[in-house]
Amino acid sequence: MDLEEHEPSSPKMHQVLDEEGELIGEEPDIEDDTLKDMYWWMFYARKADEKALKLQRQGRMGTFAPIKGQEAAQVGASTAMKDDDWFVPAFRELGAYLQRDVALEQNYKYFMGDARGNEIPGDVNNLPIAVPVSTQIPHAVGLAWGIKRDGGGKAVLTVFGDGATSEGDFHEGLNFAGVLNVPAVFFCQNNQWAISVPFEKQTNSETIAQKAHAYGFPGVFVDGNDVLAVHEVTKKALQRAREEEVPTLIEALTYRLSMHTTADDPTRYRSEEELKEWEEKDPIKRFRIYLEKKGIWTEDWQQELEKKAEDKIKEAVDAAENIEDPDPEEMFKYMFEVLPEDLKSQMEYLKRSLREKEIEEEKVEIEGGFP
Amino acid sequence: MSEMNIVDAVNDALHLEMEKDEDVMILGEDVGENEGVFRVTEGLLEKFGEERVRDTPLAESGIVGVSIGLGLYGMKPVAEIQFMGFMWPALDQLSSHASRYRNRSQGQLNVPMVLRAPYGGGVKALEHHSESFESVLAHIPGLKVVIPSTPKDAKGLMISSIRDPDPVVFLEPKKLYRAFKQDVPDGELVEEIGEARVVKEGEDITLVGWGAMVPKMVKAADHAAKENISVEVVDLRTIYPYDEETVHDSIRKTGRLLVVQEAHRTGGFASEIIARAADKELLSLKAPPKRSTGFDVPFPLYKMEDWAIPDVDRIVKKIRRLIEW
Ligand SMILES: Cc1ncc(C[n+]2csc(CCOP(=O)(O)OP(=O)(O)O)c2C)c(N)n1
Ligand SMILES: [Mg+2]
Repeated sequence: MDLEEHEPSSPKMHQVLDEEGELIGEEPDIEDDTLKDMYWWMFYARKADEKALKLQRQGRMGTFAPIKGQEAAQVGASTAMKDDDWFVPAFRELGAYLQRDVALEQNYKYFMGDARGNEIPGDVNNLPIAVPVSTQIPHAVGLAWGIKRDGGGKAVLTVFGDGATSEGDFHEGLNFAGVLNVPAVFFCQNNQWAISVPFEKQTNSETIAQKAHAYGFPGVFVDGNDVLAVHEVTKKALQRAREEEVPTLIEALTYRLSMHTTADDPTRYRSEEELKEWEEKDPIKRFRIYLEKKGIWTEDWQQELEKKAEDKIKEAVDAAENIEDPDPEEMFKYMFEVLPEDLKSQMEYLKRSLREKEIEEEKVEIEGGFP
Repeated sequence: MSEMNIVDAVNDALHLEMEKDEDVMILGEDVGENEGVFRVTEGLLEKFGEERVRDTPLAESGIVGVSIGLGLYGMKPVAEIQFMGFMWPALDQLSSHASRYRNRSQGQLNVPMVLRAPYGGGVKALEHHSESFESVLAHIPGLKVVIPSTPKDAKGLMISSIRDPDPVVFLEPKKLYRAFKQDVPDGELVEEIGEARVVKEGEDITLVGWGAMVPKMVKAADHAAKENISVEVVDLRTIYPYDEETVHDSIRKTGRLLVVQEAHRTGGFASEIIARAADKELLSLKAPPKRSTGFDVPFPLYKMEDWAIPDVDRIVKKIRRLIEW
């Protein structure tokens, strides 16, 4: 598909596989090892996500945002990136993060309330999670501008949800990108819900993709549950960004099969039938059927992956749960390159008050949601 | 009377005012179908329909800007920001417009809106879900900033906030949302905006605070009582307009002041309270006024959150220091 020729006002959804995992059109030019990799990361992310939900339900992890159902969108996009491209995430990114070298234990630590889970691994250009919706989008534009000034050759991929496209930062970011013409790819995981608010109440546009037209660059609508289609489109957009230093908006249509966060109860606002319908369109299942037909996926291989995932997840849980307690200094030490005297004395006060503590307060456990 | 927690109480006030006044509207993220992520807007969509209870797009500046327009037209919007930490995009609308239309139009226009938001920490939430920057709002001329700490006050103050002809930011301490219940009068209940409440009378020292710090101050007072220190506890309930009279009356009685503030230290509302006490009550004070506050760091992830908030232990130690001074 050609990004420039994409119909802007009513984009057609791009697919490589149909919903039954049958190839539509030409066989994509992807090596078997890459295909296997993609499947692994999708599967591993699913398992790690399921485990996180269990941990949360057992009181061993705090609130987190499950990715179930969005594995193809995430892994399809992240596998299209190069290590020195920049990844600028929102907060529901386990699949892309794992594929981008963030160890699972880091993710678990973070959602166990430990800031050390936010440390960025060495040689991959990833930013940490951004919780305030849409706020990371302009950062991606700034990074891309920096790349451009630096002679180009790299790209930035920022991801966000359908809800994020309502915020000012989305529109300001895309407008800047169009005006400055920078190598940024804006990747919207349209999972059709922003907590309880459905797509139709978020925007009166037919698609998110078409919004790019107004900013003067291509917007592509892709089946977000088709990992091959996502991969193809993202790869082209990134290539175009690296070579021509231009932006693209991608809308990947997918579905959040789980709750918004563990504090959310989706049965309050969406129907069982809708969920069933999308469970049928499970992106992992769809990809597996394709791989099986190609002779890549076998029962034995699946067993191997199950075992590997299980071992890695167990290791990650152990590492995350057995980390030593944080030191009170950690609350202060990353505030500035050089800690001002005033903060040093606040830090000393905290340490002293913990050391000399006499009165313990009883903990009040509170019900209620914290999305 | 009905037994209510703060969630029930705010909800009750919203139901009553919406029944009474057709102009009252609810808008915000997830306030309709989902009845608010904390269920504060429970039953409203069902009872009043989408014309008056509206799930909005995810856009805080939009929510506040549109509410201003509704208010200028004569509606009484009660908008919700899902968490105070997400109010920042709306600060432009609040400080450039909501707070100024009356003044700018030479008194011809007004913005009778309420902006609700859960605030504060201590609930093991994610980053940006525990902030308390009420002092920033109090610093904006033209906004009222109301912060109840009990179900009864939450109901009475919400009713007053809706009826108020000017913009009111109504902050709900989420740590206390369901922490305890109280008998709350059924039907009409009005608590005046701008009036502090003496929660507990005492002779030796005045503790001033608001929101989730109030129960901590009361506990600290109980501990101090065991050491024969008699503590007066004042719940500000509204931080702007500030009830200087109640606080200064108390300072004149006890001669000592400790302000307890969950928010960061520098430039917090505690500083304002202490500045005024220094300005007007210096000669009544037997010791320099003190504060127990959060630190000048972003509110941490939950492993460290208990450290970030003043606790009873720290409050009691400050009380002792002031008494021994
Ligand atoms: C600025 C801001 N407002 C509100 C929230 C609370 N919140 C967290 S996620 C979310 C919905 C996001 O929807 P979407 O962008 O579609 O992403 P998804 O959660 O579906 O991945 C909301 C309202 C927030 N994090 N940031
Ligand atoms: Mg969404």
